[in-house]
Amino acid sequence: MGNSETLLRVKDLKLHYRTARGLVQAVDGVSFELRRGETLAVIGESGCGKSSLAKAILRLLPRNVQTYTGEVWLNGANVMAYNEEKFRQEVRWVQMAMVPQAAMNSLNPVVRIGHQIAEALLVHNKGKMTKAEAMEKAAESFKWVGLPLDFLQRYPFELSGGMRQRAIIAMSLVTEPDLVVLDEPTSALDLSTQANVMNVLKRIKHELGTTFILITHDVGTASELADQVAVMYAGKMVECSPAETFYTNAAHPYSAALMASVPTLRMDKPLSFIPGQPPSLINPPTGCRFAQRCPKRFEMCEKEPPTVELENGQRVQCWLHAAAGEMRDAQ
Amino acid sequence: MLSKAEVPVAEQATQKPILSVRNLHTWFEIRRLGFFKAGEVKALDGVDFDLYPGEAVSIVGESGCGKSTLAKTILGIHQPTKGEIIFEGKKLSEFTKEDRKEYTAKVGYVQQDPYGAMASFMTVKRILEEPMLIHGIRSPEERNRRIRQVLEEVKLTPVEDFLPKYPHQLSGGQQQRLVIARAMILEPKLLVADEPVSMLDASVRVEILQLLRSLQERHNLAIIYITHDLSTVRYFSERIFVMYGAKIVEQSGTRQLLENPEHPYTKALLEATSDPDAENLKTFKKVPSGEPPSLLNPPPGCRFYARCEFAIHGLCDKQMPPDFETADGKLVRCWLYDPERKQ
Repeated sequence: MGNSETLLRVKDLKLHYRTARGLVQAVDGVSFELRRGETLAVIGESGCGKSSLAKAILRLLPRNVQTYTGEVWLNGANVMAYNEEKFRQEVRWVQMAMVPQAAMNSLNPVVRIGHQIAEALLVHNKGKMTKAEAMEKAAESFKWVGLPLDFLQRYPFELSGGMRQRAIIAMSLVTEPDLVVLDEPTSALDLSTQANVMNVLKRIKHELGTTFILITHDVGTASELADQVAVMYAGKMVECSPAETFYTNAAHPYSAALMASVPTLRMDKPLSFIPGQPPSLINPPTGCRFAQRCPKRFEMCEKEPPTVELENGQRVQCWLHAAAGEMRDAQ
Repeated sequence: MLSKAEVPVAEQATQKPILSVRNLHTWFEIRRLGFFKAGEVKALDGVDFDLYPGEAVSIVGESGCGKSTLAKTILGIHQPTKGEIIFEGKKLSEFTKEDRKEYTAKVGYVQQDPYGAMASFMTVKRILEEPMLIHGIRSPEERNRRIRQVLEEVKLTPVEDFLPKYPHQLSGGQQQRLVIARAMILEPKLLVADEPVSMLDASVRVEILQLLRSLQERHNLAIIYITHDLSTVRYFSERIFVMYGAKIVEQSGTRQLLENPEHPYTKALLEATSDPDAENLKTFKKVPSGEPPSLLNPPPGCRFYARCEFAIHGLCDKQMPPDFETADGKLVRCWLYDPERKQ
């Protein structure tokens, strides 16, 4: 790495949905920074808002959005301030691309794969690129992901699941974006295919220096690519830590409990589970959202916890790590 | 040294297996234009094993290896093309109608998708009552007693709160507990659990596995646990069967398999599983290239031949290896373990 330039800075990002039963606070004040060439893995259980975070960063919003606020700084510009057309032309698929969940099943079945990949380039370089150039570029992206070039002429049904997933990754890389958001890129794949795709991503990270946000529920897979690990719980990012410290020494009680519930193949460790359920994102409890299930709960937890940066670079949203002064101020 | 499985060998010898599977084949016919036979998908192609009372075994493999077909053939959902399933000394193929009904009571089924496995218009009480009505438990008091008991066992308490609920009102973990409760209500001797935790979150997964484990110990239940996730089996079973291309390629004690895998495919599977570790970032995984073979016209020799780095040309691609027994009691379907070849 060595390159410590900040590529992405997200500040107090909020995404709330309107539903028949009330307001769903799917992403509720998330802030983090990501340096160029690094990978941030966002882990969490289903319904914690990790996919919504991806959608909020790329502004791929469903219709029922109530609130969408905060700042997303990419390459030094606040892209949240752009209007939709400018965002589409200058940001999406140019500076950042996304591999959505189960993307391998969303290829157009009647268009050859090469053409689908080239299409992304042609749309985002209107008039500046000929079809032949775009196809050449598509071929190059196939080389990055390790697919044979004659597969450009094939239709999606002629490829296996792992190959289709790699084609989708090629598609996200074809415009050479700075940032690629991967939403559960391997969860629909088999074990050995999963390992293959992770190898491909790792090679791309080393060779092209692409920055990734990897959204997954699988901590084991996340560790294949992550320089930093962020944990989401009930719409909040409760911890964001360097990978070296996270797996062995998670700071937030929820992260620690989550890690204790992950079975491992190579080590013997007693497993435990987290009793109870995450709170509903409609009217979540005030204060810390994990407080009800937390073994280390104390009276301060009824108040909104501050974000504390620890000496080893871990950032955690928890009163346990807050300084005495902060607690006094809150009271 | 660890004995074969954690059930001691001597005990296994004296105990009669609860379930024996012999040379089991389940093929599905493919038809073209509705009635021309176009071939067969050999989803199970010669599977043999014994299961002892109170023992948990895991069947591990990737999608399309035939592990779910094996579960469904044992449950009687699919008819075997060839071979035998013997339950408590009696062949399934010779079952009378009554035998079959009794069998369905003695073998419980825990499905992968709990919500999809339950009728969404039935309440919890009704879902649990249904099997008992079918199996002729007429007394309402007895049915209520059993419902109460089984719900307490799967920890859906207070029972009164859960009885009138519908499946959609339960969380994923609670739904899976209900499916387990339903499988347990007829007091079975064998439970077939097909990927029971693959749709659940990590923190709930452990809870369900621990529940299955405690039921197994309390009721001396035999469990067949089918999964693609090797990391959960360490906490669950005494023995592991690894399946690849419609065959069991390795049978071994859980610990022995995890510490010392023998079959090249098992090795690849272990290698592909990642534990959360910052070191992973620095290394690439050694994964065999290619895909599992099509089961429509499987190759003649070893099914793993095309992807195997130790393949012996002229042998592995020509002849299907038989099961070889290793010194520590594993059964490995691989020519590398042929004692005659080594000498």
